[in-house]
Amino acid sequence: MSTSTCGIKELPGGTPARDEAGPAATPFRADGADSPDWLLQRWGVMLLIRRAEEAIAAMVEAGEVRCPCHLYIGQEAVAAGVAAALTPSDTVWGGHRSHGHYLAKGGSLEKLFAEVLGRTSGCSGGRGGSMHLASPEVGIFGTVPIVAGTVPLAVGAAFASRMRGGKDVAVAFFGDGALEEGHLHESLNLAAVYRLPVLFVCENNLYSSHLHWSERRVADNLDLAGEFHSVPGTRVDGNDAVAVYRAAHRAIEGARRGEGPSLLECRTFRWRGHVGAGWDTDVGVARRGELAEWLNRDPLARVAERLAVLGVHDLAARERVVLNRVADAVARARAGASPDRGRVLQHVWAEAACAP
Amino acid sequence: MRTLSYVQAIREAHAQLLARDARVFVIGQGLWSPWYAGASLEGLDREFGRERMVDSPVSENAVTGLAVGAALVGMRPIVFHPRMDFMLLAMDSIVNQAANCSYLFGGTISVPVVIRAVINRGGEQGAQHSQALHAMFMHVPGLKVVMPATAYDAKGLLIAALEDPNPVLYIDDRWLYAETGDVPEQVYRVPIGQAAIRRTGSDVTLIGISTMAAHNLKAAATLAREGIEAEVIDLRSLKPWDRETVFASVRKTARAVVADPGWRMAGAAAAIAAEIYEAAFASLRAPVERVTLPDAPAPSSRAEELAYYPGEHEIVEAARRAVGAGQPAKAARGAA
Repeated sequence: MSTSTCGIKELPGGTPARDEAGPAATPFRADGADSPDWLLQRWGVMLLIRRAEEAIAAMVEAGEVRCPCHLYIGQEAVAAGVAAALTPSDTVWGGHRSHGHYLAKGGSLEKLFAEVLGRTSGCSGGRGGSMHLASPEVGIFGTVPIVAGTVPLAVGAAFASRMRGGKDVAVAFFGDGALEEGHLHESLNLAAVYRLPVLFVCENNLYSSHLHWSERRVADNLDLAGEFHSVPGTRVDGNDAVAVYRAAHRAIEGARRGEGPSLLECRTFRWRGHVGAGWDTDVGVARRGELAEWLNRDPLARVAERLAVLGVHDLAARERVVLNRVADAVARARAGASPDRGRVLQHVWAEAACAP
Repeated sequence: MRTLSYVQAIREAHAQLLARDARVFVIGQGLWSPWYAGASLEGLDREFGRERMVDSPVSENAVTGLAVGAALVGMRPIVFHPRMDFMLLAMDSIVNQAANCSYLFGGTISVPVVIRAVINRGGEQGAQHSQALHAMFMHVPGLKVVMPATAYDAKGLLIAALEDPNPVLYIDDRWLYAETGDVPEQVYRVPIGQAAIRRTGSDVTLIGISTMAAHNLKAAATLAREGIEAEVIDLRSLKPWDRETVFASVRKTARAVVADPGWRMAGAAAAIAAEIYEAAFASLRAPVERVTLPDAPAPSSRAEELAYYPGEHEIVEAARRAVGAGQPAKAARGAA
């Protein structure tokens, strides 16, 4: 096994990897994930997430966006890597930090901006803001800020898939803090006992809000969380899009074949504060040292390095395309209408079922 | 017309819903055991298969969440909570998730799920197997709440609940399981939000919920012997509730008794009484009476249970107070 300086073997405060998934210099395999096209496409998804969130951060700082925004910057490889293994009809379930999940699954960029701006043209009609994103047409049936709140819902989507005899997989994205919630463990057991096509993706960014994992747990062993429930777990370098994709792909294809659920612990780090545009707003000086180390593990730079090895050097033109796309979408979102005061009782009740 | 018991009517509604719609499944604790479900689900696992009649692990929140997730992607689940008390562990899935979805996501998604809760009191079961918590759920926007009191409504409301695009809490009470009534064989719906006038009268309106609706009819018979003609309304749905029917009746009788099988403080009766005051204050000739549980947990011993649960007697007393307040009813009406 290769040992890269960017690999999970050197995670600050972490423990050694337990399996072969994830070192940065993953050896070449004939699965397409090392091809320039695949890498460029994933790099594009990650860059879109980053630039979109930087635009949101700027609007937060300007006071234009007022809803609480939990930025995903630094964790882009998890969403981009997992989404590469998904089909359009697979479902994705998220939490408060889900801009990345939404964009990686194909949610509309303009509707995301419109949503955080509180416009009626937002993906949730301007009702939800950053923490409540829905886009059923791409398999997103709601991201919510109740920690682990959507995990049982993901299990339900998988249950529905199995009942219909379909192949759709449900992916539950959650943070390390979510494994402290009882219903996550209930969900692991339900998924196991009914052999449901679910992938549980724990994005372990080491902090739950302001609290480091070591202040919340004795052992650094979240990859083992499913074991008691017979859900196999894998720890993977969450800043390595290729490693995330390979681990997710293996688990998802197994789930499609009826082999049941799996858990993926993706080790990563958020660059910004728990909430808002700032870098270290809620955890103070101690985190700054850690952040410097993690900036060196930038998931985008790592894909760019691989591309350079493969002879793809000039990404600037592609970067301009993404920047323009973001700027256009922000402009269109800003032009959207704010809700009318008379709308406040609308949609308390569904008038007809919206399900597919 | 055919006669069925309340519990047979619940079972028949489940069987017909399972038979006509492949999206329907039932999940919860104790589905395969009469100890939990009474006869309300008897044999349905054999008839429709255990893939669709899923007796689940003891995981109230995740099982309810599973049903919510399945409903979001197009299924029509019924979640079963054999004791309403246990359902408190599922509050997140019900209140934060299911009830909020339509509003929070701007109408882009909906949760057509039925959450069935059984009130299972009496029999010295005590405080954690006896609670009637409907008022807590009435409080929550986005959640419908129905409580059938007759066999006919038990079937018709379950079918209406399943066909509703919103999360509907369907609450049945085991004290009603043996009650019999006419139940058509075909599939029919009792519209959610529509009360039923069980008896017409001119002196006082008795508004009842679930078991108390049945007690109201007996109380009305006793009151009639005293010359008090009670109008008896079975609310059937608590959210939304039928304001039009209730207000029209109270405007006519000028007196109201709300009989609620739940607690007094911030309860269903309190909410209904407040709205009667708001809408019909000028018509009232007496304070609105409430017949409720005392603000105490359910006791276990039989002796204390008898003191704890109100019934016909308490309703009769409340109606007498209402009619006796101010001028006598007949004289007052004569003067009007």
